Amino acid sequence: MNNTEVLRVYLWQIFLQRPLGILGGGMLLLAAIVAILAPTIAPYDPYAHITIQPEEVMAPPGPGHLLGQDDAGRDVLSLLVYGARVSLTVGFAASLMSMFIGTTVGMVAGYFGGKIGNILMRITDGLMVIPNLPLMLVLIAVWGRGLWKIILVIGLLGWTYTARLVRSQVLSIKERPYVLRAKAIGASGLRIIVYHIFPQVVPLVLAEAVLDISASILAESSLSFLGLGDPMLVSWGSMLNFAFERGAISRGAWWYLLPPGLGIVWVTLGLIFLGNTLEEIINPRLHTHHLFDPRRMVALVADAVPEATTE
Amino acid sequence: MGRREYLIRKLVFAIFTLAVMLVFNFTLFRILPGDPAKLLVRDPRLSREAQERIRRNFGLDKPVWFNSEGSTVEVLVPSVALLAEPLDSGEVVSQAVQGERLDYVERSADGQWLSVLQINAEGRISARGWVQAGGVRVHVSLFDSQFFAYLRNLLKGDMGVSFSLRRDVSELLADRIWRTVILLLGGEIVAVVLGCVAGLLAAWRRGTRLETGLLTLGLISWALPTFWLGLILLILARGRLPIGGMVTAGLHHAGALEYWLDVGKHLVLPTLTLAIVYLGEFMLIMRSSVLEIFAEDYILVAKAKGLTTFQIIKDHALKNAALPMVTIVALTLGYTVGGAIQVETVFSWPGIGRLMYDAVTKRDYPVLQGTFLLLALSVILANFLADILYLILDPRVKPD
Repeated sequence: MNNTEVLRVYLWQIFLQRPLGILGGGMLLLAAIVAILAPTIAPYDPYAHITIQPEEVMAPPGPGHLLGQDDAGRDVLSLLVYGARVSLTVGFAASLMSMFIGTTVGMVAGYFGGKIGNILMRITDGLMVIPNLPLMLVLIAVWGRGLWKIILVIGLLGWTYTARLVRSQVLSIKERPYVLRAKAIGASGLRIIVYHIFPQVVPLVLAEAVLDISASILAESSLSFLGLGDPMLVSWGSMLNFAFERGAISRGAWWYLLPPGLGIVWVTLGLIFLGNTLEEIINPRLHTHHLFDPRRMVALVADAVPEATTE
Repeated sequence: MGRREYLIRKLVFAIFTLAVMLVFNFTLFRILPGDPAKLLVRDPRLSREAQERIRRNFGLDKPVWFNSEGSTVEVLVPSVALLAEPLDSGEVVSQAVQGERLDYVERSADGQWLSVLQINAEGRISARGWVQAGGVRVHVSLFDSQFFAYLRNLLKGDMGVSFSLRRDVSELLADRIWRTVILLLGGEIVAVVLGCVAGLLAAWRRGTRLETGLLTLGLISWALPTFWLGLILLILARGRLPIGGMVTAGLHHAGALEYWLDVGKHLVLPTLTLAIVYLGEFMLIMRSSVLEIFAEDYILVAKAKGLTTFQIIKDHALKNAALPMVTIVALTLGYTVGGAIQVETVFSWPGIGRLMYDAVTKRDYPVLQGTFLLLALSVILANFLADILYLILDPRVKPD
């Protein structure tokens, strides 16, 4: 068995030992399936025009409507199912953008260092200091509401942490012999970054991306709750905004308040479980420490690398 | 790195961030499609004089960033006539005497004439017209521009007037800031203390059920949307605790003790919400930094010396874990402020966050601009203070 195979088996074993990671992946997968199959799963079309009777306003759960009805008489379950689409779309799209900017800034700042690196990192620090949600609020309030605007605003403001993470990783990678050798035989900076450094930061960025998606989803739901979501789309945040603004609390309409929030928590928790597990696997320094019972430490390592020890 | 160098670097960074924030705040609201000042000026119902006055008050007649055109005109000769339309050799509108200063310069195409305003003692425009460039001297002040007018107004504490509340924005902010500070301080302190204890416990008991439990709770707290947790607590506490506002209506005239007890009751739910939401992150960070410290060789040495686990944690681990905690508390302040907006909105807590939410729903741009600036400034300042605290805590930054 060669080295990479040992590593792969080792990582796989570690992953299997972490039920939270598997649980998180499963939760995310389920949410994705619901979002994709929303038109089939949802019992009603939340975008359809309906006429309702007064008693249907915020009606409690019943046979026709498993999760009750909202203030406009729409089926809460259907809203919940369709809401997954906005959350996941915004989460993934915004994070894709953040990861792209963050990784690029981090790699360039880390590899080239000097003046460019300094300027890039000062910009990153500055953006980090500015309170995110107020900045997003102001930008959307001025710029107007819309799905793409929300994605852009969240994506353009969410890359700072990734940039710092990638930069510190690149600082150590660029001193490794194979990078120095590539440099010695005349590879350009761009080539070294793309072919030699980027593959090394991918695992780190991946774990970070999973966590970042959850942050983006939380940001979208907060914006929508504060009344700045896309007015044409149903999202979990905007459902809660309507519920809050139209008196679901004084009516005690828990069926209108609970499901959208649980939807958000379901997805973000799944992502956080998964992301944290990935991060723990990638950062082996967290596995053990000196105040730890040494017998258990040995057992843990032996468990984790059965193949490597027998080989 | 010496202390002085460190301090100067941090100070320069804070000032630079502040400057960028000011420029951003000015630009963003200046490019608004619905800039109220511009709309007012374009309103055809207003007389030309009234329009001119609005332009002057908002500084819209000035260049945006720097003024290289000139801003005041000093009359050199004994008297100068202001003409209505000099090119048609129009009538004399007014006379300006020697030494008098006239406002605002725009040169005619041939450079022979200057467009000016004459301002009377009350600061009103008394005449507008053209003077011949020969008899006057133009004063150019680079800083007589819209941007610097904005800065001057800010320094004077003038942040405009709220559209919806018809009150000075700075007055509104001063009224409300301390309420937000109380709320955030309470939530933050509870979260930091509990988070540190739980994080330490989780790291120390690595691999046990306790750790898994704490870790899972921490991750759940991380995943909770602040506003939703608030809503759920609200619906649960209905009838038991006050569910909104800061004091019960009518209690303003009660005794101080009764008043503050009532405020305290109103504080329970918002503080609890903030504490729960931030607890998780602090706990997770504390756990991982303590874990990293436990893996250091000096912990092994301490253990070899025969120190008890308690001594090791107290003297070696906690001190070193304090540094990353300070950094993370400072770094997350921006998020904390975002949490305040959500919590204040849910609980109708009359602070800066609720003010901002109301401003968003009513499109009250002066208030929006003011609240954002205040929040950004506070976080920049708090970060600078955290950097100073770091200086005190980190022995690696040497005294000069």
